Amino acid sequence: MKTQTVYKPTDGLVKRDLSYCPGCTHGVIHKLVGEVLEEKGLLDTGVGVASVGCSVMSYEFFNCDMQQAAHGRAPAVATGIKRVRPESTVFTYQGDGDLASIGMAEIVHAAHRGENITVIFVNNAIYGMTGGQMAPTTLIDQKTSTSPRGRKQKDAGLPLRMSELLATVPGATYLERVSVHDPKHIRKAKKALEKAFEVQTQKQGFSMIEFVSTCPVNWGMTPQDSLEWAVDNLIPYYPLGVYKDATKGDDNG
Amino acid sequence: MAKVLMKGNEAMALAAIKGGCDAFFGYPITPQNEIPEYLSYHMEENNRIFVQAESEVAAINMVYGAAGSGARVLTSSSSPGIALKQEGISYIVGSELPCVIINVMRGGPGLGGIQPSQGDYNQITRGGGNGDYHLIAFAPETLQETVDVVKESFDLADYYRNPVMIAVDGLIGQMMEPVDMDKEIPQKDLPAKTWAATGESGKRGSRNKIVSLHLDPYDLEKHNLKLKEKYDKMVENEQRYEMISIEDAEVVIVAYGSMARIARSAVKALREEGVKVGIIRPITIWPFPEKAFENLPESVHTLLTLEMSLGQMHQDVKIVNQGRYNLAFYGRAGGVVPETDEIIEQVRKYVGGNK
Repeated sequence: MKTQTVYKPTDGLVKRDLSYCPGCTHGVIHKLVGEVLEEKGLLDTGVGVASVGCSVMSYEFFNCDMQQAAHGRAPAVATGIKRVRPESTVFTYQGDGDLASIGMAEIVHAAHRGENITVIFVNNAIYGMTGGQMAPTTLIDQKTSTSPRGRKQKDAGLPLRMSELLATVPGATYLERVSVHDPKHIRKAKKALEKAFEVQTQKQGFSMIEFVSTCPVNWGMTPQDSLEWAVDNLIPYYPLGVYKDATKGDDNG
Repeated sequence: MAKVLMKGNEAMALAAIKGGCDAFFGYPITPQNEIPEYLSYHMEENNRIFVQAESEVAAINMVYGAAGSGARVLTSSSSPGIALKQEGISYIVGSELPCVIINVMRGGPGLGGIQPSQGDYNQITRGGGNGDYHLIAFAPETLQETVDVVKESFDLADYYRNPVMIAVDGLIGQMMEPVDMDKEIPQKDLPAKTWAATGESGKRGSRNKIVSLHLDPYDLEKHNLKLKEKYDKMVENEQRYEMISIEDAEVVIVAYGSMARIARSAVKALREEGVKVGIIRPITIWPFPEKAFENLPESVHTLLTLEMSLGQMHQDVKIVNQGRYNLAFYGRAGGVVPETDEIIEQVRKYVGGNK
């Protein structure tokens, strides 16, 4: 009988257990990034930059060269790598505390300079690793360990929308927000990642894919409820879609 | 090659290019701006990388990235900017990466001023970032010495896989002096950077990781002990200093950088009068040149530390003195550069066996 491989674990990930909590969408996102790197033949030239937060250990998971950055600084580290190794494929993997709070300057300016890197931004509206504190992306009235009565606008402002914010930066090339709450959206998210890495291999500049993600443990929900909560609450505030595509030359000159 | 007249900051920038610097990442701050300005023009001309970062914090993290992928990297700044870079420096040391950092010191604390100072001594030698770490820090006196140590620093950084800092004050950054840019400097036999995360895991057949995280305390302690071995080696091999008119000295001045230049003028004038005074001039402030204090002549009774800061290096002199000599200190702060006469007056207080 002839056998046919219809599915196998990606070589884009190191074969070992992930450090993420059960039910968290980091695992799906890692798999997608690994698959895209593998399928596009980019593992051999890849340099990933791990950030600080839940994904701090991602240097153990992506099957390519990796460097671990200080909190928020991954886009600056990636800039240093890409400038001296322009033929490498450089990506950062950052959470919302890392990218939207402490690393705001680095992400905005990497986009502003049009650095030819790909940013994978995982937004679950909370600081996961440190135990569920409020992030700039935390929704109004969302309870966290530092907004125990729910986030209030008068104290903490309104949640930051990073894809929309970066869309106003002239130097950014490709920005898309995706979700991985069901197979259909997972497939769409993979396409977005493929596009983002193509932008880089074609030397077209800065690309970022924002993933609406979950945090069952710190949200205090089951994995299934977390996915539903993300669909009902996060996606309405963080609508999915392409926020900028200057590869068509729409406003990038 | 013939000497050329150059401004300190520009001479350091050119020395970096001559030292094989592949990439520069920096952010404007007075009084070091001529370094990035010079490199913004000349790095491109030499097919090398120049990036003006959005902040000192970003600049040092770009250094971290570029050094991690195997390049010879430079950043430059001045005191408050160096303070901002400390987190990145700690990461660079922790990940065992080489880089060169130029610090053109100005007065502090806080925004302080923009006049020459040596107030960063503690920040440099005690490590402003977190954790047990050290970096080799040169504090040269002339532009020739500055240029030579900048060139050599790239080799030393690669050799130890550790940052090297060149700490000058604003005076050295801003003054002009003739320099021979091509003077031969010691060179190290350096192995290939097989550890670098170059984006060539395919070619290499294995993947490289640049990391300073060690969650297991025993693992982290082991890492710290490995780093300590490097520091011990630096202490053994990299102490540099100059002894000036020490042979029969009663009073020995301890001074570095611009302060040593002024001390030199004072010693020259005092020696003409027959006053027996000499200088120990640290060229490295870390490792502190303890060896210079080991076999001083019997004539010595007083060590007089002079600083353009308020007794920071003096603490190291106290440690190395071990109660042997009378200790004295004189310093100016905030960007005030002492006059030669002030130094002469200070030395006179201690000559003639006044212990």
